[in-house]
Amino acid sequence: MSQTTKQDILRVNDLKAYYQMNYFGVNREVRAVDGITMTVRKGEVYGIAGESSSGKTSFIKVLAAAIRPPLRVVSGTVEFDFKSGKIDVAHASPSEVERVRWRDLSYIMQGSMSVLNPVRKIGKTFRDFAFRPLGLSNEAFEARVIEHLRRLKLPPEVLNAFPHELSGGMRQRVTIGLATVCHPEFVIADEPTTALDVVVQKEVLGLIREIQQDMNSSVVFVTHDMSVHANMADRVGIIYAGRLVEEGPTREMFFAPKHPYTAHLVASLPRIGDTTQRPALEGRPPNLADPPQGCRFHPRCPLAVDKCRKDVPPLEQVGPDHRTACWRWQDVKPLVSPHVAHGVMA
Amino acid sequence: MTTLLEVRNVNKRFTMGGLLGRRVINAVQDANLTLSSDKPEIFTIIGESGSGKTTLARMILGLELPTSGEISFAGKTVSHRVGRQERLDFMAKVQPVFQNPFEAFNPLKRVDRYLESTARRFLRLKSRDDLDGAMDGALQKVGLSLAEVRGRYPHEMSGGQLQRAAIARALIPNPPLLVADEPVSMVDASLRMSIVNLLKSLRDDLGVSVIYITHDLATAYYISNRLIIMQRGRIVEMGDARTVLDNPEHPYSRLLKASVLSTEDAGAGKLATDPEMVELANELVKRPGRLVDRPDGRMVMSYDRA
Ligand SMILES: Nc1ncnc2c1ncn2[C@@H]1O[C@H](COP(=O)(O)OP(=O)(O)OP(=O)(O)O)[C@@H](O)[C@H]1O
Ligand SMILES: Nc1ncnc2c1ncn2[C@@H]1O[C@H](COP(=O)(O)OP(=O)(O)OP(=O)(O)O)[C@@H](O)[C@H]1O
Ligand SMILES: [Mg+2]
Ligand SMILES: [Mg+2]
Repeated sequence: MSQTTKQDILRVNDLKAYYQMNYFGVNREVRAVDGITMTVRKGEVYGIAGESSSGKTSFIKVLAAAIRPPLRVVSGTVEFDFKSGKIDVAHASPSEVERVRWRDLSYIMQGSMSVLNPVRKIGKTFRDFAFRPLGLSNEAFEARVIEHLRRLKLPPEVLNAFPHELSGGMRQRVTIGLATVCHPEFVIADEPTTALDVVVQKEVLGLIREIQQDMNSSVVFVTHDMSVHANMADRVGIIYAGRLVEEGPTREMFFAPKHPYTAHLVASLPRIGDTTQRPALEGRPPNLADPPQGCRFHPRCPLAVDKCRKDVPPLEQVGPDHRTACWRWQDVKPLVSPHVAHGVMA
Repeated sequence: MTTLLEVRNVNKRFTMGGLLGRRVINAVQDANLTLSSDKPEIFTIIGESGSGKTTLARMILGLELPTSGEISFAGKTVSHRVGRQERLDFMAKVQPVFQNPFEAFNPLKRVDRYLESTARRFLRLKSRDDLDGAMDGALQKVGLSLAEVRGRYPHEMSGGQLQRAAIARALIPNPPLLVADEPVSMVDASLRMSIVNLLKSLRDDLGVSVIYITHDLATAYYISNRLIIMQRGRIVEMGDARTVLDNPEHPYSRLLKASVLSTEDAGAGKLATDPEMVELANELVKRPGRLVDRPDGRMVMSYDRA
């Protein structure tokens, strides 16, 4: 897939970020990101998946230096190694963050189709964000933006439109355009293609990859759509209850997962032509204000033994580039095989 | 057959942009469809981004008026130019569920308060017991309870719980029709299936009809009775969901099915589409055409010779 080198552009070290709230004198703490350590390489596409409410958005908000109270970084570091210099965004000042935003680091928020300024035309918004970083003349800037929109299958007229005049998927493509027009070194995207039809989705993903490869930039993206991970990511990381529970090369994650939650996730994908009931995960999602002892997945895990209820499994190396946090990883059986997947799709 | 919903020759035009660069958009062109009240069904709308799905849904909900054509519900024309009472009666019968639950709820308002105001408005309930009963009843239908939801703000619930609460809110007036615009696009696969199964049981157990807008062909296949496929404002194929999706006939429908990403080659980075299929589908957009009946009961757009 991508031209990945062994050089890291991002190192996240034991990151903890909690929502700390006070309701009528009672303190409440939601441990949305609870000790994540990972790296992303130059030129790599890293996909993140996980249950709803497991902390994915909270995690990448910290990476994107886009956190606001009540979310606070409690400990750990988030170090980027940009061409323009190093920066720990978990501890950087707002003006230091401002310097890297859009040119080095850009962020497409979840539900970003709803964050465009409703009273500002799309063309004005492009000017606000991209004119200075690009440093082009007026005409060259306009031409660049129009060409970029064309690649996203949007007509130039959208520059003249207000956000409410566009469909959900058109707004989503506008925000992808904003985040990529300056060709940043690092793109962070939260569910960037959920509002798109599958034809446009494939084209937009192709465009993101093209830009990424042209510039050898890196991408971290979150999505629930496992088929997007399958076709976009070099590596996939799975978050469960605020922690990274497994990460590995994409193909291995699908066909040789080493964590029971990953095995469940890649098998739960419904397919056209299939009307059988898919297995839902037993039990309730964990409460991040009071997570289970030991392995956080144990109350719902078919393989759980006593040790899992008591001791937290470390994220350990189980193969080249492959780490998992499961005491029983050797007993995890894949629920889909490449062969079976092929048969069902045909 | 008694008719629940009838959409007849409906068109919607928008003009976009200011004085300069003004452009007319035919968001919906000559849409026709009928839902019967004898047989509740899940009627699915899939199609291109920007093809008019949300616009059609908003017209059915009476939030937008057709430029021409007519929409009627239970024999009455849908219009927002009616008295307050008539409008309320209509809204109680056709309820929306929107795509993004975080947008649908006011972040500063407790979720139970939101449900409560719906119960007051449509059921005209006043006593604490009646209100609680109505809310709990609706929440139970979606696998939640008032005890779980009471006192919580939207951000204190997960996306999936919030989406179920949004469906519960829509169920409070016991509507015969739900209009759900991409209700599962933001939740994980497990929750996605539980919400889709919920829509199915609403149809099968409570007799609710559902207009289900989605980009997810797999869930469309799994729950729909009939579906339409839209391209640039026009319905290009319509029929029994499985007949159409098993073997789509219109070039755009075929392109859509062929573009579904699969996991069989996970890790190989396959994102290419067949340029000929894309070109053919795009070329048809400009040509006049009309829906013709096919022997297997579906309708497919057929084009005049160029
Ligand atoms: N502003 C907030 N205040 C308090 N708690 C919050 C806030 N935002 C999120 N949370 C909680 O933090 C946890 C993690 O939320 P997050 O949005 O990171 O999940 P996610 O994995 O992105 O979920 P989804 O897939 O539904 O987008 C959840 O329990 C959520 O309720
Ligand atoms: N208020 C408006 N003013 C002008 N144009 C509009 C307005 N609302 C929608 N449109 C246009 O109508 C067309 C159809 O939009 P609509 O939102 O119905 O698409 P959609 O099928 O729901 O797309 P998506 O899958 O992206 O949500 C688009 O070209 C859009 O720009
Ligand atoms: Mg999220
Ligand atoms: Mg829409």
